[in-house]
This record gives sequence, structure tokens and C-alpha cells, in this order.
Amino acid sequence: MTETAWEVVIGIETHTQLSTASKIFSGSSVAFGAPPNTQANVVDLALPGTLPVLNKGAVERAIRFGLAVNGGEDHHIARRSVFARKNYFYPDSPKGYQISQFELPVVTGGSVEIQVGERAKTIRLTRAHLEEDAGKSLHEGLATAGVSGIDLNRAGTPLLEIVSEPDMRSAAEAVAYAKALHGIVTWIGICDGNMQEGSFRCDANVSVRKVGDEKLGTRCEIKNVNSFRFLERAIQFEVRRQIELIEDGGQVVQETRLYDSDKDETRPMRSKEDAMDYRYFPDPDLLPLVISQAEIDRIKAAMPELPAAKRERYVKTHGLSDYDARLLTARHDTAAYFERAVTAGADAKLAANWINGELASQLNRDEKTIASSPVTATQLAALLRRIADATLSSKMAKEVFSYLWAGEAGDEDNAADTIIEKRGLKQVSDQGALEKIVDEVIAANAKSVAEFKAGKEKALQALVGQVMKASQGRANPAQVNEILKKKLA
Amino acid sequence: MSAVGPMGAGSRPSIAVLRAELDKRNVSAVELAERYLARIAAESVLNAFLHVDEARTLAEARAADARLAAGEKLPLLGIPVAHKDIFVTRGWRSTAGSKMLAGYTSPFDATVVERLRAAGMVCLGKLNCDEFAMGSSNENSAFGPVQNPWDRDRVPGGTSGASAAVVAAGLSPAATGTDTGGSLRQPAAMCGVTAIKPTYGRVSRYGMIAFASSLDQGGPMAQSAADCALLLAAMAGFDPRDSTSIDRAAEDYRALPPAAGLRIGVPKEFFGEGLAADVAAAVHASLREFERLGATLVDISLPRTKLSIPAYYVIAPAEASSNLSRFDGVRYGHRAADYDDLTEMMARSRAEGFGAEVKRRIFTGTFVLSHGYYDAYYLQAQKVRRLIAQDFQDAFRSCDLIMGPVAPTTAWKLGDKSKDPVAMYLEDIFTLGVSLAGLPGMSVPCGQGAGNLPVGLQIIGNYFDESRMLGAAHQFQQSTDWHTLRPPGAAA
Repeated sequence: MTETAWEVVIGIETHTQLSTASKIFSGSSVAFGAPPNTQANVVDLALPGTLPVLNKGAVERAIRFGLAVNGGEDHHIARRSVFARKNYFYPDSPKGYQISQFELPVVTGGSVEIQVGERAKTIRLTRAHLEEDAGKSLHEGLATAGVSGIDLNRAGTPLLEIVSEPDMRSAAEAVAYAKALHGIVTWIGICDGNMQEGSFRCDANVSVRKVGDEKLGTRCEIKNVNSFRFLERAIQFEVRRQIELIEDGGQVVQETRLYDSDKDETRPMRSKEDAMDYRYFPDPDLLPLVISQAEIDRIKAAMPELPAAKRERYVKTHGLSDYDARLLTARHDTAAYFERAVTAGADAKLAANWINGELASQLNRDEKTIASSPVTATQLAALLRRIADATLSSKMAKEVFSYLWAGEAGDEDNAADTIIEKRGLKQVSDQGALEKIVDEVIAANAKSVAEFKAGKEKALQALVGQVMKASQGRANPAQVNEILKKKLA
Repeated sequence: MSAVGPMGAGSRPSIAVLRAELDKRNVSAVELAERYLARIAAESVLNAFLHVDEARTLAEARAADARLAAGEKLPLLGIPVAHKDIFVTRGWRSTAGSKMLAGYTSPFDATVVERLRAAGMVCLGKLNCDEFAMGSSNENSAFGPVQNPWDRDRVPGGTSGASAAVVAAGLSPAATGTDTGGSLRQPAAMCGVTAIKPTYGRVSRYGMIAFASSLDQGGPMAQSAADCALLLAAMAGFDPRDSTSIDRAAEDYRALPPAAGLRIGVPKEFFGEGLAADVAAAVHASLREFERLGATLVDISLPRTKLSIPAYYVIAPAEASSNLSRFDGVRYGHRAADYDDLTEMMARSRAEGFGAEVKRRIFTGTFVLSHGYYDAYYLQAQKVRRLIAQDFQDAFRSCDLIMGPVAPTTAWKLGDKSKDPVAMYLEDIFTLGVSLAGLPGMSVPCGQGAGNLPVGLQIIGNYFDESRMLGAAHQFQQSTDWHTLRPPGAAA
């Protein structure tokens, strides 16, 4: 297979569940995990005579999104959008149609910045529209065999469907986009981002074409991807499948494919030939959605600082590198953690290094999110203060961090000091004590001393290492360096 | 209760008369309900009621009597009413005249039902109608046709055929109905009663089983404009459960301003070919009566009147095809006995549950919304709809009200047109435009045609002009007695 001869083209449709307390067209609760059909009222059940009434909270969240993907500007928010009916029969669709937006969505355009490795890229958005979720068909675990159940708790849950342009060129870019989008919707508080519970669901439209070709290849839509890892794998599988198919003389058929994470493959769900005619038309039960400038201005004023603005501020006022600032602003909770640490007295650059380094890798290893980090921002700040005042070397600080991570001193703010005290992990900075150790090391390592004097700079590091070893890692490394240089001069 | 006087057998007292009798304690709400329930039982041959529940009715009447005893003063307190089976009701079954909903009971009341109960009205039961309010003769009910009290071999009109029939026959002093393309006005005309279809959005559609959402509008039927004004005042008003309901300050429809000085537009398109001579004569005579009352007649034109039929029969079926998708046998309603899989279960349930006219409109509606046909049919019809609405606005520049016939003919014989859907659709020519434009329209008894069959005068107002329409109709009824004529069978 010659993957380099091929260009991958990916567009993503994301269904984000909006964080309203009630449904988009009824007063039922949307809380997750309730017993089946306990959160479905007469409107959700589509009983005769019922009518939809739009939840203003869903609209407000859509407006927030429209502002967030346009750097806070409002020109992509439709002042008038229209709800349409998408007609199809399915038992979990109680009305026989889904209320969605078709020709006139609430948000048109906008973009999302992504970062793959060191490279930044802008992914354009086509649109974002409001719609209601369907219910769920249950085929397993029912008391009676051979019977399917329907749970309408989810029917009518508010969704914002966000559609990207086909701007991504690899699975990695697709994942970076999905993560960036996830970052935005959780950042502005319109979605809880819980992928296991289906609050953030991505469908990927994947096609391949020969490098240099103008025309897009035939695409397949991959559904049922409920984690970033599966998104990456599903796209990788699909790309391989399409390239192999074409190279073997076949043709890609436009179809919807389902990703099976157990088998790590995609398989056909329905082809374009089975595609339904949804007979979209404006829903006569709902007036066009008119959004006033006053409403937009009110929401704009209450918007949190957006990632790009934050990033700029971190670079300007904290002197961080653009790279560090980007990592910190990838997620709202990461930025919040950073800001809490700085407020608690941590040096900003040091805090950025630790959050993007030690903390990130520990979180990753233990599959934790920063929100559930065992080390709080205040605790981290207290630890970093001990590096700044030379109580700890950075190596020792990592050791203290691991005790903090293990919860050794509980959740008290100055847990680091408790651990330093208890474990006697203070850095040795006493000149006399250090000189004594240095003298012993010089005496015991004649060979290294000779090498250094012959001009081999590396030999000095070996001697520093010996001093650190003799001090059980507690000697102040900078001071040791200085003393050694002086004594060997 | 005495058997003579205003409450006597065969009498057809107005709401105002009943009010006085109740207030003077000459009759209690329970006695009144009992009297009407007895009449309903005696006249079951009309096939007007689909569900009567005497115990429930009497319980409501007792509640009304308690409120009367407590000194409550409400114009409709203790007055009986019957609801078209398009309005869902707690307790009484709600079928929309369809086998699909045979035996269905709603867990909630329609807003109209709720408001009339709050006003103190006592529900007598549920009224037959064309299935899902589709038809013009009440012959499309899954529960059989309704007879016209004026001639038992004739249709009462539709789709609120039973609503008109019970008011005409004196089985209820008032009834609710719904109008999508003329369903309140046309049966009122054919049964000689008064009805008003309010401006779209005046009366909440919550709890009205939907036919065509952008056209459906509930309204009252009674013996006079004054009675309709009382009923409309109680029915109308903003409802947060209906997004198309209009948030507008309440109006007192009982003011009934006089007709003097009014400019009445007479559209030439309403008096052309196809209008029966007896209907034309009665309508012309009533227009002369309005002149006598001080109004002036103005010649106007509604040039796209003919286009209202194709536009309506695209838009209404399109919306119906979608509105009726919820009847799939999954959660409620008819479910087929035999099926192999889910698709077959839904398909068979619908095939068995819906009648021929409903299926015809679902097919039509599905077709006009289909990919490749949407622009040619649905969008085109919407454009025509806007032009029709514009025609009315142009006309209202030179007149205050528009008047003409409600229907081209008087009531026809049962079965006469039921085999020819297009002939039936053509009967709606004078009422469809008003519905498409969302304007208020009334039907007022204005004469008798051949065979002493009632003729209705249509009064069309501009948006929210119900008060002026009711006032004009009221004054007409003060100087004429067409609305007091009783069908031969019902009179004692």
C-alpha cells in the first residue's frame, strides 16, 4: 500500500448535548440514567394534541457557541433561523419526525483552531444547528424474549449539531479537531462533554483521493464513535480500507458505516441507495427563531474569556511560550487549574512547565482528568514555591510530587511542606557541609578530577553526580557546581 | 323544570335565556344537564355524539351548581357545551373520528376544554366529525355519518358536522368545532347555526388533534352571534403551550358594535359560476339588509380565489402527512394483530387504522414534500398562499368587512359526493382563502334555499377584527330571524 500517494479528506459532524435542565421542546428533565420512560411527558410521547415549545436555554447555548467559534464576534449567528421537520418512521422517534434545522441554521460559518504536534491549523465550520435527540431502542436485557423496548427518556434532549468543512487531512487532525471542539463546548459551558454518556458524539465523513486531485473522492460516513481513541482508529481503518479497495481496482460506495470497537473495523450500515427522503419542511408548530441584538449582547457580556484571548494574555503577561499557552488553554479546566496555581503564588512559567509536564503525564498514566487531579492547584503552587526558594531541587520536587499524588498528606494546602518535613527532603544549601562532601568526592575520584583538568568538561558532571549521590540527592546542584569549579580551578 | 316556556320540550333557548333561568334559580345546572342528556339520548339517530358519560357530565354540573351557590357570576357558568372529538378530553374518549384512536383517552384536556370548564361550562360529551377533520360532509367518520337535522337524508356539512347538527337540533346550546379550510363555517351554514373561526393564533391549538398546523383553528358554534361572542371570550387567549398562539391583550367580544357606517366588500369571484341560485338569492337579500342597517356595499375582487383550492390541497395534506406520522401503533392507538416485523407492524396498523380520505391526503402530502417535487408543489403553494393573503389586504383597503356565501350550495344528500373527492374539494372554494390567509371568518344563517334548507352568509374580517364581525352579525340577527328557525324534527 502506498499511503503517501493518497490524500485523506475528513469532515466531522458532532452532536453535542446541550447542558439544559429540561428538553428542547418540553419540560421533561434530561438527567442521565433515570429508569426507562420516567423522563418522558405527554409532549415527548407525542400524544395527540401536544405541541412543542422551544427551550430558550438551548438557544442561548447555541448563541454562546456562535460567539466562541468566531472569536467572540456575532456575525455568524442567524438573526432568523427556522425549525424544520425531518420525517422518518422509527419507533424511537415518537412523532414520526425529528425537529431540526435545515435550510436556515442558527449558526453559519466560524472556525476552530487545532494543533497537531507543533503545527497549528484552522478548521472551518459549515454550520451548527439546533435539533432534538431521538429515544433509544432496547433489544437486550428485557424480561420477555423476542421483544424490543423503547426508552424515550432521551427523546427531545437538546442537541447542537456542529458540521465542519472537509478540512482535515489525517486521523490525527480529526482527533485534534474533535478535542479542540470538545474543549470549546465544555469551555463555554454548553455541554458536559461526557462521551460515555453520549453527550459529545462524532460522525466522520472520510474519503481519499490521489495527491494533486482536485475532485473529492466518494465519502463514507462513520458513526458510533464514542471516544477520541476510537475516532482515530475508525478513521485509520476506513482510510486503509478505501485505499486498498481503489488500489485493487474497486470503487468506494457512498454509505454509512458503523465502527465496531471490539473488532476495530467499520462495516456497512446503509448505502446511499437506501437513503431516505426526509421530506424536510418548516415546522408549522414553531415560529421562526428570531434572535435580537440585545439578546446576543447580553450573552456576549456574560461569555467567559475565550481560549485565544487567554492564550494571548498568558504569553503577554506571564511570559509563557505560545506552545505552553496553547497546551494550557486547550481545556477550560486546565486553564482554570493554571490560574488557580498562579493565584496561590506559583511562578507562572514554573507552573506551566509542571502542569504541561509532570502533572499531564501523571494524569495520562492514571487516566484521570485535571478536574479529578489528586494534587490540587494550591498544593502544586505550595510545592513550586519550595523550588523557587531553593528548599527543593527540581528532582526532589518530583519526589515530593509523587507523595502528594499518592495522597500522603491529604488535601491540606501546604501538604508539600508536611511531606518535606516528615521525609527530611530539604535541600542542603549549607556552604560548609557541601564543601566537606565535595572534598571527599574529589579525594575519592582522582580519575575524573584528572580528566576535568585535562579539559574534559563532561567529567565535571560525573563529579556533581557523585556529590548528589553522597548527599542522597539533597545537595543544592547549582551550589555544588560552583564549589567544584572553584576547588578544581 | 317546567315543560313549557323557554325551557320547554323542543325549545332551543339561547345561552342568554339559560343564563337568566340559572340565575333566577328556575333551573339548576344539574337539571339543565339532565334535560340535554335526555334529548341527546332521544336523538341518537343523528349519530352526533361519539361518547356520552352521564355521570361525568352530572359531576361537572354539580360543581357548577356549587359555584353558582357560592355566588360566582360568570356568563357561562352552568351552561352545557359539547366538544368536537378533535379536542382531547380527560375522561371522555378522544378519537378524532378515526378507528386509529377508537377507545383512546387522553391524560390531559385541550386548552379550549380547560378554559371552558374554568368558565363553568358543563361538558355533555364528544361530537362526531370527519376523520382527523378531513372532509366536507362528516361522511368520513369511522363511526358513521351524521344526519342533518333539517333533512335526515342530507349531510350536515363538515368537518364539524355534529357540532352544527347538535346546536341546530337543540341537543346542546353550544359546541366547539375546528376549522382548517371551512370546517366550522360550512356545517354551520348547512345546519343554520352561527359559528366563528377566529384569527389564526387567537385560540390555542394545544390539545386539538392536529390536521394542518398552520391552518387549524378552534372556535365556537351556537345559535347567535351574541352567544358566539360569550364563548369566544372564554376560549380565546394566549397559551404558552402553543407557540403559534398570539400574545395579545384580551378583548371583550361582547361589545358588539353596530353595523351602521360599515363598508362591506362584496367579492365578485364569490358570485360567479357554480353558485346555486337559491344560495345567491339568500346572500343578496342579506346584503340588502345590511344596507338597510346603514352599511354600504363595495365591489371588490379576490382574484386568486380559484387558486385557493390547489394551494390548500397541497399545504394541508403536506402538514397532515407529517402530523399523522405519530400514529404508528407503537405507543397508543390501533395496532394490527398480525405482523412479522416492526416495519410491517407500523405499515399494517396505519393501513387498517386510517380511512380512505385520510390515506389520500397522506399520499398527496408525502408526494408534494418529496425530493424533486417540493419546489414545484409545496413552495409554489406557499407563494400562492402569500398572494392570497395579499389579495385580502388589498381588498381591506376599501372595505371593513367582506361578505359572501359560505358554500356554493345548501346541504347535499348523503352519499352524493362521497365518491368524487374533487367535487367535494370544490365545495370549499369560498372558505379556503380565509384559512390560508389566517383571517377570521363567520357563518351566519341568512335564509332558506330549496327544500327550506339553511343558507349561510360568510362574514370575513381583517386580522383580530372578531369584535366588528360579531357586532355586525349581531345587529343582522336583531333585525332578522333566520338564526331562530328550527329544523322541523326538533321543533315541538
